Formats: sequence, C-alpha cells, structure tokens
Amino acid sequence: MALLDVKNLSIDIHGIRPLDGISFHVDKGEILGIVGESGSGKSLTALSVMGLLPLIGGRIERGTITFDGTELTTLPEPAFRKLRGRRIAFITQNPMTSLDPVMRVGAQIDQVARLHLKLDAKAAQVRSIEIMEKLRIPEAATLYHHYPHQLSGGMKQRIVIAMALAADPDLIIADEPTTALDVTIQAQIIDLLVELVRDRDLALILITHDMGVVAQTCDRVVVLYAGRIAESHAVQAIFANPRHPYTKALIRCIPREDTVPGSLTGIPGAVPSVAHYPSGCRYHPRCARRGPPCDGIVPALDRPMGGGEIACHFPEGMGNVHV
Amino acid sequence: MLSYIVRRLLLLIPVFFTVSIIIFGIIHLVPGDPVDNLLRIGSTPEQKAIITARYGLDKPLVEQYLLWLGNMAQGDLGDAIVMRRPVSALLAQNIPFSLRLGAAALLFSTLLGIAAGTLAAIYKDSRIDQSIMAGILLGSTLPSFWLGLLLILLFSVQLGWLPVSGARSWQAIILPVLTIGLGGTALVARVTRIAMLETMQKDFVLLLHAKGLPARRIQLRHVLRHALMPVVTILGLRIGWILGGAVTVEFVFARPGLGTLLIKALNQHDYPVMQGCLLMLAIAVMLGTLIGDLVQAAMDPRVRQAMT
Repeated sequence: MALLDVKNLSIDIHGIRPLDGISFHVDKGEILGIVGESGSGKSLTALSVMGLLPLIGGRIERGTITFDGTELTTLPEPAFRKLRGRRIAFITQNPMTSLDPVMRVGAQIDQVARLHLKLDAKAAQVRSIEIMEKLRIPEAATLYHHYPHQLSGGMKQRIVIAMALAADPDLIIADEPTTALDVTIQAQIIDLLVELVRDRDLALILITHDMGVVAQTCDRVVVLYAGRIAESHAVQAIFANPRHPYTKALIRCIPREDTVPGSLTGIPGAVPSVAHYPSGCRYHPRCARRGPPCDGIVPALDRPMGGGEIACHFPEGMGNVHV
Repeated sequence: MLSYIVRRLLLLIPVFFTVSIIIFGIIHLVPGDPVDNLLRIGSTPEQKAIITARYGLDKPLVEQYLLWLGNMAQGDLGDAIVMRRPVSALLAQNIPFSLRLGAAALLFSTLLGIAAGTLAAIYKDSRIDQSIMAGILLGSTLPSFWLGLLLILLFSVQLGWLPVSGARSWQAIILPVLTIGLGGTALVARVTRIAMLETMQKDFVLLLHAKGLPARRIQLRHVLRHALMPVVTILGLRIGWILGGAVTVEFVFARPGLGTLLIKALNQHDYPVMQGCLLMLAIAVMLGTLIGDLVQAAMDPRVRQAMT
C-alpha cells in the first residue's frame, strides 16, 4: 500500500469543481511529479492533501485521500493538525513571501519542532541550526538570527525547506519550489530535494510546470489539464512515448541543446478558466488531433497495456481505435 | 535608531516654521479686531490706537511674526489680549485636561477598536462581523458634537447616571471619552479588520497553517501583529486629531481644555491665545506622527533597516 493514495478526488470551491476525479499515489523514496500549466489544479491538489482547502473556501466533494492508512478526507481538524508539518510538510512556491517578515528565520524553523516534537527553545534552536547546516546554509548559527528580508531568495527557500524538515516528515509536497528563483539556484534547490528524498527515504510530490525538471528528478509523473488527469506514467516511459497530445506538447516545450534559437514553440491558446471549461475533453480546443467525439464525450481514464493512465480519444502510438 | 530619531526631530524644524507661518497668517486674515472687545462704548480712535500699540498690533505683520517667534524661543507666547493673562499660563492650565481626555479617548478607541476589528475579521461574514460592521458605520458617520448631545440626553438628563458637563468628578470624563472615542474606535476597527483579512491571504500565513499551528494562534500571534502596523500609523496621526477633535467636544461638555480655550479665543479675536492653541495642536500632530513611526519601527525589522 502506498504512503499516500489519492483516489477519484473532486473538490468544490464556491460551487465550481476545479479538480475532477484525480487519482495518484506516492511511496517512500519516490518522487512524483504533478505537471500542468497554471490553472490546471496543481496547487489545489496540494491544498487538498494538506487539508487546507477550507482556508480558500473549498471542500472535498468526492474521493478519498489515504495517508499511511489514515483516511484524511474525514479526519477531524485537531488530528489533522498533528499530521501537518509533522508527517506531511509543505514547501511553497514563493520563498520571498512564504516567511513571516517580522520574525527571525530561526524562530520560524523552531516553531515546528517546538510544536510537534515538544522541544524546548534551546533544543529546538540546536536542532534548527543542525538542519540549516545540513542544507548547506553557510554560517547557519548567524543566519539563524536574521530576518527574512536579510536573506537571498535561495537562502529563504532553504529556510522554508528547513521548516519542512524540522519534524522529520514522511511526505513533502513542494509546490513549484523553484519557480521564483534564479536558474542556477533552481538547480541547487532541486538537487537538494532529490538528495533529501534519497537520504531520508522521503516521499516527495513535486508540483511543477516544467517538464525539464520532471525529466531530471521524478520517478513518475501525473499530467493535469484543467482539473483532470490527462496522462500519468513512469517518467522514462512518458518521455519515450508520450501518448496524450497535451503531454507531447509539454515535452516539446523543453528547450534542448540542439534547439534552434527561435524554434521553441509554446502550446497555442491557454488553459480555460474553471468557469468556462469546454464540454467533452477539456483539451480539445487546443488539440491538433481532435476528432468528432472530443467536443462531446469526456474521454475515460484508461489503463492501457503499457502501464500508466491516459484519457484521450485519439492517443498517439496506440492506433485510432475509436470509431 | 537613535540617529534616526535625531534626524526625524531635525526634520520637524522646517515643518514647525512652515506651520507657524500658516497659523500666524490665517489668524490675521480673520475679520474682526480684538481691541474692539477691550474698548468701552464711546472710546475715541486715539484710545484705540494706544491699546493697539500696547499689544504691538500696529507694527507690520512680518515684524509681528518675528517678534512672536523670538519671544516664543524664550518660552513667552505673549499675553492674552482679552483674557489678560500670559498665554503660556492659560495653556498650562488647560492642556492637562485635554491630555487626559485625549489619552483616555485614544486608549478607549485603540483597545475597543482592535478587539472589534479582530473579532470581525476572524468571524468574517458572520452575524458578529455584520453587527460590528454596522456599529463601525454608525460610529464613523455620526458627527461627534451631535453624538455628545445625544449621550448627554440619555445618560445625564434621562437616566441621571453621569454629570452633564464640567470636569469636577472622574465620571465627568466618561461621556466626552465616548463621544470622541467612538469615531476613533470605528476607524481602528475598520483598519484592523481589513488589514487582518488582507494578511490572512498572504503566503506565509498559508505556510503557518501547513506547519500545523492552531488557527487561533496564527490569527492572534501572527496575523494580528501584522494588522497592527497600519493601525499604529493611523493612531499616530490620530493623536493630533483627537486633541483637535476634542475642540468641539470639550465645548459641548463645557470641559476646560485646549478646545474650549481655542473657541473662546476665536470668539474674542484673542490672537495670541489662538496662536498658542493652534501651535500646541500642530505640535501634537507632529509628535504623534513621529511616535507612530517609531512604534512601527519597533514592530517591523524591515522599517528599521530602511532607517539606517
């Protein structure tokens, strides 16, 4: 049984359904990528697992989220609070805004161990500085006393990661952890996360819009489009043989060494907003392979022979079996 | 930090001169002549000229201004023309009353305003929020002199609980404090509520939740602390405003104080007293803003860094 198992998850926010029947699982020592453009529901997936949907006025409408045998969708808030930060940790998108600006960074890391591990101030500080050192934060003992605005973006994200590690979690959900950082720092942070997963046997859900990051780091990947799963598979398989036209288009967006300057193309159009999802396959208005059933019938999520999942009427490399 | 305070105080000097020129100029633009109040009916123009000369009112305005400024530097704000006492003595006698009233009103509106704003924000869109917001609307739209009269009618005339006017007993301060403080309470509550709701949307608050901290602790220790920063700025501005706003309220409640003194001086065209009162109010506004900024610096390390 997987450490985290999400089945058929649908959520409701003010009467709309931005996530519709999402399933995925992740195990210890594994990195799962959740990929999609902005508006595809990646961050909402993270909030659902963290049990933080009520903060934005949302709720889980259907489906189950099982974490280490515990059903989270029905877990009362006080019990959930003992998991959050303790066994499931969260790394946010923008380190610039993710730290309390009027609190010293060290104290912000301490909070986690003091709350969950019941350490006293002194012990928490020792532990925090230890974690900071492990994350290769230079002069950790000094930086511990700094305020967030005195640190660079990369250092701030390391502090956020230190907060995530402070109570020794089993699962880390990282929501676009490098989007707001410089390219060189991005690679460092990603390497750091991968290293942590390998060293500590963590499970990591890496939410990103960057297929390049997925290719380098993830074991498996779920491709989301407009609140539904388009395709999911092992990373090697999906890059070798993308079956969903959307996955293929995303992979085409990765710049390569042999990419001729100016030849890189995006995907025409944009993810529709939740209020204006098209009928049938939600990708069909942007899809080059669309046919008659695409605008009327929602493609079922199939589990074909080669493994993985795919929701498409005309998947690539599998013949056009639909009549 | 110390150098910042010194710098801020130095910056107040040009502000002070500008304000003093404006005060002096405006007062001499007001029609009416204080000397008329001193003359007996049937006095001759010669007698008027003598009195005018005695108070230096016959000199050119610029000279009068410089004289005023020079004397002020020596702690001499001149003599009241009609009230016939040194202005500094009049101020010294009245200011404590205004300070007491102002401090009580400020404390009242700060504590009640922050509490109401916090409650409204935590229970957003609930009955609690709606009733607090209704109270805020009422508190910020009622003119204070009229509210004062209503309060007198209810608590003093109808119920007979509190004195109608004066400053003889400690109970006498309650109604003026309510009258001045309610507007401030509404303002503080509104700012607190909006600032809290805004802060609740911030990424770092989401991350605090993700760390497993209880919601109540996040709201009171982190969100409220951030929300208090704009409140402090407003309160700093409010210190001067409350003393100024007390002008009509002191008058309504027939309380001694800067406001009552100012209105009396206005009616009698008593220039030196008017100047003295307005100057005190201006200084209160300047110091209030400074105090607000300093408290903000104490609360926010980013502001502290910007200072040095």
